[in-house]
Amino acid sequence: MNIVVTVKQTFDTEAKIVLDGKGSIDGSGVNLVINPYDEFAIEEALKLKEKFGGDVTVVSVGGERVTEAIRTALAMGCDKAVRIDDPALANADEWAVAEILAKAVSKLPCDIILSGRIAVDDGSSQVAVRLADALGVPSVSSILKLDIEGDAATVTREIDGGTELIEVKLPAVFTAQKGLNEPRLPSMKGIMGAKKKEIAVLSLADVGVGAGDVTAKMGVPKFSLPSPRKGGKVIPGEAPDAARELAKLLREEAKVI
Amino acid sequence: MDFGLTEEQKMVQDMARNFAEKEIAPYVEEDEENHFYRREILTKMGDLGLLGWSIPEEYGGNGMGWMEAVPALYEIAKVHTSWRLSISGNCWGPAMTINEWGTDEQKEKFIPPLVSGEAVGSFAITEANSGSDVGSMKTFAADKGDHWLLNGSKMWISGGHTSDIGLLYAVTTEGGGAKGLSCFIIDYNNTPGIERIPITKKVGMWPAPTSELVFENAVVPKENLLGPVNKGFQICMWMLNNTRMGCATGSAALAAACLEGSIKYANERTQFGQPIGKFQMIQQQLAEMKLEDDAAKFLVYRAAWLKENKLPSQQATSMAKVFGCNAAVHGANMAMKIHGSYGYSTEYPCGRWLRDAKQFETLEGTSNIHMGIIAGIELGYQPNR
Ligand SMILES: Cc1cc2nc3c(=O)[nH]c(=O)nc-3n(C[C@H](O)[C@H](O)[C@H](O)COP(=O)(O)OP(=O)(O)OC[C@H]3O[C@@H](n4cnc5c(N)ncnc54)[C@H](O)[C@@H]3O)c2cc1C
Repeated sequence: MNIVVTVKQTFDTEAKIVLDGKGSIDGSGVNLVINPYDEFAIEEALKLKEKFGGDVTVVSVGGERVTEAIRTALAMGCDKAVRIDDPALANADEWAVAEILAKAVSKLPCDIILSGRIAVDDGSSQVAVRLADALGVPSVSSILKLDIEGDAATVTREIDGGTELIEVKLPAVFTAQKGLNEPRLPSMKGIMGAKKKEIAVLSLADVGVGAGDVTAKMGVPKFSLPSPRKGGKVIPGEAPDAARELAKLLREEAKVI
Repeated sequence: MDFGLTEEQKMVQDMARNFAEKEIAPYVEEDEENHFYRREILTKMGDLGLLGWSIPEEYGGNGMGWMEAVPALYEIAKVHTSWRLSISGNCWGPAMTINEWGTDEQKEKFIPPLVSGEAVGSFAITEANSGSDVGSMKTFAADKGDHWLLNGSKMWISGGHTSDIGLLYAVTTEGGGAKGLSCFIIDYNNTPGIERIPITKKVGMWPAPTSELVFENAVVPKENLLGPVNKGFQICMWMLNNTRMGCATGSAALAAACLEGSIKYANERTQFGQPIGKFQMIQQQLAEMKLEDDAAKFLVYRAAWLKENKLPSQQATSMAKVFGCNAAVHGANMAMKIHGSYGYSTEYPCGRWLRDAKQFETLEGTSNIHMGIIAGIELGYQPNR
């Protein structure tokens, strides 16, 4: 069974987000990690590999620094990796990334594609589903359990207030929800082995996409941070007067009543 | 000069940090309260390869050395100081010493279980009446032809009653002082005549077991002598030059934990209408801690680098150990002050930091002993090994 896992490198969930003057995120000096939901996908892929054999290939779109995340995935036990890096990808949107991933994945032997249900940075939850669409295969999102028999998968997925059991034929795309498994840590042996594993770095031309074919359809002109929490207000005076003042402020200033 | 970690070293560091957060942090309070040694943490460390530094791969070594071991231990010790003993107790102590001085049979038999975490390791030098003066020990190993017969006792032995395999230093030539000691490998599960008594009244390091060991006609197989007879003192000093890195790294990490906790608190706690971090006097305390933390960390890294490159490292190791210990004691003291009354509450870690910091001033060579080594080498009274 050959498995592809799509991986995105994201900010450490504890990182403090800083914006530059133009409203863009300043990523310098920030610790980067594998998107935590992608770690569930990696773990599930490794478990399937342990059960059925085959290779797990990590595919990621991004610059040189993404190598760190890929190496960690290889150290956890993935076999190979593909990183797609091209100057034309600087402003790629979810659609473009999915198109590129689809081209790259279609060249790999692959029965299952696993992905995280959401990336913790932009939180769009689009790429994996778009990827399935571009490949013309079914997709099941937010899975909590995955059983494979032959070319059929039985999947439990999270829905509002309960779970849903789904049967689907492979190949298919699954996105991992927290609770699917407990991701392993890379062992020292895995870390030592990771440097010997191959990471293919491909340009858009290598995957067969023209730079003009993936011009983003969507742009993000600006980010803004939530406004900082203001300190509390103390209303002085006798209780009946203060209560009256409080009600007035709640209605007129806070506009909550 | 390169102050950065390689990609691989960074991965090891990240892994150890994640390991400590996932497998150690959730139990810190509970294990402190119950003085509980959570044995399975060592097993998990072994499974991940965290106990196999500078050990040949044929004996289960992880293929990495000092420059990876130090950042890994630092992350673990930062979360819970008691666990700083894991790498010294299994790897840098017994496994590495057996690898250096042992026969092929000894290496094959004893190193793999220590490195895999299947066995708990220890090393026993100190006695009730013999501490800094190692050559004054009394535990005696008599040569009985086909075995060694051990009588005497050891005191303050880390992991003494939980240990499966340990090194033991004993007198083989009466009146020989430092020149009359030898080193033995003890298989604690299969040696009759050893009583192991937990020491329960420690000031700190509660989840790290410490013990008294009593040997009464304990029979040790002939082949368990490590290295040549009467070379025990030399082996012991060689070993301590490695295991002291556990103290150096652990104390630097503890100092860093104190700073991290204090910074967080200084940003959260407000008095006089502003975060206490805005007060110059708090800043002075935090700045001192930061200076000492970084200096301690870089001294440990330098000692690690010297060891990795097989250069003389004794003075650098003593410097790292003594400075780290001062940084930890000072840092823990500052942390408790900065946390105010909450610092004095057992619901905050300041009390544990202070308790745990104080160990470093005594074990594996007291601060006086290390200051003596630093000055002695500087003065040319002794070589830098
Ligand atoms: C928690 C803990 C764990 C330990 N684990 C181990 C272990 O695993 N294995 C092991 O073998 N031992 C262990 N020890 C023992 C430790 O190594 C000794 O306590 C240490 O070597 C000091 O010996 P001592 O306590 O007898 O002090 P002493 O040597 O009696 O020293 C008392 C005081 O005199 C000073 N002093 C002594 N000699 C000199 C000198 N020449 N110049 C100046 N000052 C001097 C010392 O600095 C100290 O202040 C442990 C101790 C503790 C507390």
